Amino acid sequence: MLYINCPHCGLRSQNEFAYGGDATVKRPELNKEISDQEWDNFVYLRKSPRGKHLELWHHISGCRQWIKVERDTSTHEIFKTYKANEAIE
Amino acid sequence: MSQDFRLDNVGMVNREKKISFKFNGKKYFGFEGDTIASALIANGVHLVGRSFKYHRPRGFFGVGVDEPYAILQLDRNNERDPNIRATEQEIFEGLEVKSVNCWPSVNFDIGAINNFLKMFFPAGFYYKTFMWPPSFWYKIYEPFIRMAAGFGEASIKHDKERYEHKYEYCDLLITGSGPSGLASAYAAAKNGARVILAEDKPRFGGSLLTSDVNIGNQTGVEWAQKIIAELKSMPNVTVKNRSQVFGYYDHNMLVMSERISDHLPKTQKYLPKQRLWYIRANEVLISSGSIERPLVFGNNDTPGVMLSSAAKEYMKVYGVLVGKKPLIFTNNDSGYETAIEFKKNGVNPIILDTRSDPSSDIITEAKNLSIEIKFSYVVVAAKGYKKVKSADIAKISDDKKELFNIENIKCDCICVSGFWTPSIHLASQSGNKSKFNEKIDAFVPDKSKQQESTIGSANGIFTLEETIKDAFDKGFDVSNKITEKNNKISVPTVVEKKSTVHDKFWCVPLPKGKSYKRFLDFQNDVAVSDIELALREGFRSIEHVKRYTTLGMATDQGKTSNLNGLQLVSDIENKVVPQVGHTTFRPPYTPVSIGAIVGREVGKHSKPTRKSPMHSWHEKNNAVFVDAGVWLRPRYYKQGNEGIFEASKREAKNVRQNVGVCDVTTLGKIDVKGPDAAEFLNRVYTNAWLKLPVGKARYGVMLREDGIVMDDGTTTRISENHYHMTTTTAQAANVLSHLEYYLQLVWPELNVNVVSTTEQWAGAAIAGPNSRKLLMKLFPNLDVSNEGLPFMGYKEADLFGVPAKIYRISFSGELAYEINVESDNGYFMWEKIMEVGKEFQIQPYGTEALSTLRIEMGHVAGSELDGRTIPYDASLEGLVSKKKDFIGKRSLNRSAFTSTDREKLVGVVPIDKTTSIPEGSYIVKDPKAKFPNPKLGHVSASCWSVEYDNPFSLAIIKDGKNMIGQKLFAMSPLKNKTIPVEIVSSHYVDPEGKRVRS
Ligand SMILES: [Zn+2]
Repeated sequence: MLYINCPHCGLRSQNEFAYGGDATVKRPELNKEISDQEWDNFVYLRKSPRGKHLELWHHISGCRQWIKVERDTSTHEIFKTYKANEAIE
Repeated sequence: MSQDFRLDNVGMVNREKKISFKFNGKKYFGFEGDTIASALIANGVHLVGRSFKYHRPRGFFGVGVDEPYAILQLDRNNERDPNIRATEQEIFEGLEVKSVNCWPSVNFDIGAINNFLKMFFPAGFYYKTFMWPPSFWYKIYEPFIRMAAGFGEASIKHDKERYEHKYEYCDLLITGSGPSGLASAYAAAKNGARVILAEDKPRFGGSLLTSDVNIGNQTGVEWAQKIIAELKSMPNVTVKNRSQVFGYYDHNMLVMSERISDHLPKTQKYLPKQRLWYIRANEVLISSGSIERPLVFGNNDTPGVMLSSAAKEYMKVYGVLVGKKPLIFTNNDSGYETAIEFKKNGVNPIILDTRSDPSSDIITEAKNLSIEIKFSYVVVAAKGYKKVKSADIAKISDDKKELFNIENIKCDCICVSGFWTPSIHLASQSGNKSKFNEKIDAFVPDKSKQQESTIGSANGIFTLEETIKDAFDKGFDVSNKITEKNNKISVPTVVEKKSTVHDKFWCVPLPKGKSYKRFLDFQNDVAVSDIELALREGFRSIEHVKRYTTLGMATDQGKTSNLNGLQLVSDIENKVVPQVGHTTFRPPYTPVSIGAIVGREVGKHSKPTRKSPMHSWHEKNNAVFVDAGVWLRPRYYKQGNEGIFEASKREAKNVRQNVGVCDVTTLGKIDVKGPDAAEFLNRVYTNAWLKLPVGKARYGVMLREDGIVMDDGTTTRISENHYHMTTTTAQAANVLSHLEYYLQLVWPELNVNVVSTTEQWAGAAIAGPNSRKLLMKLFPNLDVSNEGLPFMGYKEADLFGVPAKIYRISFSGELAYEINVESDNGYFMWEKIMEVGKEFQIQPYGTEALSTLRIEMGHVAGSELDGRTIPYDASLEGLVSKKKDFIGKRSLNRSAFTSTDREKLVGVVPIDKTTSIPEGSYIVKDPKAKFPNPKLGHVSASCWSVEYDNPFSLAIIKDGKNMIGQKLFAMSPLKNKTIPVEIVSSHYVDPEGKRVRS
């Protein structure tokens, strides 16, 4: 079970969190004309990297903040966690 | 009481306390502190089971977690525990155990015929034997395998025992209380670290309990007792026996099962049977020790063949002799320790040493005790069926390939020692890739992936002096990283006998003309010949060989078989073991009971039960409840001997004719506040929200980004920057997360806050033509006329002194209002509504009537919004704004969503107006078409229309609206029904929606 450092609450066990998927996906702006391909990429296409991955977790049983976690998908090592709108290093 | 194999005054069992127990129905005696194994051996019982595949007789092989044979089934207080290891289970008064894998009895087992049919059970027999003909599978093969396989039968009864979970944190977790575990725990504890020391056996001390050593001028046992006593007295230390750390998970989370009551006749009132510990440790020291490796020879699975270390432990800990004419077969000095122990207890052993001329302190001691030793000698085969009676032994050539002078000698047990295998399971589970240590012919942990380190013999250190010194150092080092107290204690002096190197020999060649089975995996009956066959058939990867032959796949996870299997593969392949590699170790290290994993979360406790503030009223008024998510909601209120059909029909009819009241507390409620709230809702919902005035509600549908409907509900503008959103009961939590996602991550510039208020409000929906009259009496000072409180209007008012919110919204399609009060006032509100409503023939209605009312109105709910529907499918196109953008809008352009033959919402009525259509039925054109019948769609919800007094259903079918008027068929292969139906509008009742606006 992962031990996730919520930037708002501190170290908490994985069972307080919900996984939220790839954190690098950016939603296209509202009212912007975009191609089917761009929209398709946003809705469906995700990389599934082996290694470092920036992902979203939602601290649902804690502060209810969405946070970003940089994690190695094969070793589960967590390098850094960020608040939702913190700049990613 | 006389026990033929019990030694006087030797061992650690409590001779004062005699305990009786039953094995296969027969009564035996043992002493407090005995295991089933030690007590049975004391009584001369060695036959305890039958093997998995060939049903060969099985005895005891080990003395602890490594035991591959003695797996029993335990009956305790009318409950059944399969997969009990006789070497671990302590006896208690009244214990009853029986053998598994044998029928009709352990002494006469019909399955043993497999032993004579062994040509049918080669490697991969699962894949070969039971393939053909296919019709034989379920009639003959499957029942046969099911009867023959497994280690006992699980009970199908509810387990009444209590299991608990505990979460714990520590600086240092130490897994095993042998010399290295004790030393490191002591060093770390003295340095101020919070330490948990776990021992899987009842007694602390590990190998110190059985070895002849001195630490700090005390015997090993005395030293262990002193250290444990001191650790127990320290507030920063938790010491646990009967506790197995079985799993090493991510981020230094380890799981331990503590057997609290398994050794007691009855669980004590305030104690659980077992407790599962989730331990988050800053550092872990793995001191799980090592397991003696078997030597491989003919019939080496015969009862009476066992590990030499086990024989020694039975003597030293339990005061039990495993035999009176022992043969010790060894390739190293450990066998000598066992022989010396036998000799001290007046039994004359014979040692067969595979080495030609070894010399060490221990060997000299054995010679001085005039123990008979035969060098360059091996056991060729054990003789005897249910118990060893003799052994064929032989001199072996220096190259270990040829046997000479084969002779038969009498013996009643063969104690084998093929050197030691470090238990690297936990380290391996932590992600540590092991490395092969040539000196000990075994794998040891390599680089740590997590905060762990392995000490003592688990790390391949086999001298006590080095073990103690290394463990003291590691205990100090890891604790000092955390406590920085620099309190280092001195390492005690160690006196031990020096041993010499072991012989790499492990497998005795077959003599000419003999085809003895030589077993590698004792639990799964995998013999040398099986591995040879698998390799001949082309299996190369050790992972494939393992799965094909089932080597190491049994409940003992190959604790005794792994390395010999690898040795064999590398010998045949002309490789060295590290080239072959080893298979992955996975948790659990030892079997864990399902009860312990589940803990208290069973039955009603598996999830919380949520009740509305009016719950007790519903109970008092004969409500029959239904689970709605985690909520309990009244399904109907039973009158007299009504069933669900009559009751819900009565309730629904009363809503259409008079007035009904329904508890709607469970609806999700979210407060949306902030200057940008309107803009936010406008992006979340498919329809327009910017112009909703204060005091007005609006129905909204929200989509996921892929265009599928996520949820629907009404949202009311309470004040300029404050909205009250409602969601369906089921989706409440998901909608909140969804809103938070967009506010926190996608549009952080919006100044809006959302919070769940579901539990803050109690809700009652009053619906029916009399509901306005009722409202007038409930709120006499309020203008509730159609002008004063129009459809989708909102008012705040006073309900007999209690502040209330009134929303004029309707799910039933009738003139209706929803009243919310603070939860604490919910019961009061409900009682007032019932009291005042009496004169208007008010009746409460449950979810079943609620369903009926919404279905005949054509209002969609969860069964239509099932994760596949887009707004157009559910007749919600009027709610999709063409002008503005919103979540999921871009997806609605997808060709699949714009195609004309999408399945859409319609109504369905049976032609005969009497046959109810089962939910889930297919709508088809031709009921006689060849199976599978091309389906037009499915029936999503069915009810008995109280308006027209006939069955009515909603269905989602291809080209929906254009099918209205068509005569089709509803087919339910499940219920074996085919019903002629007519497709009608989904708005079956009041299609113009006059009533809600009246
Ligand atoms: Zn948090």
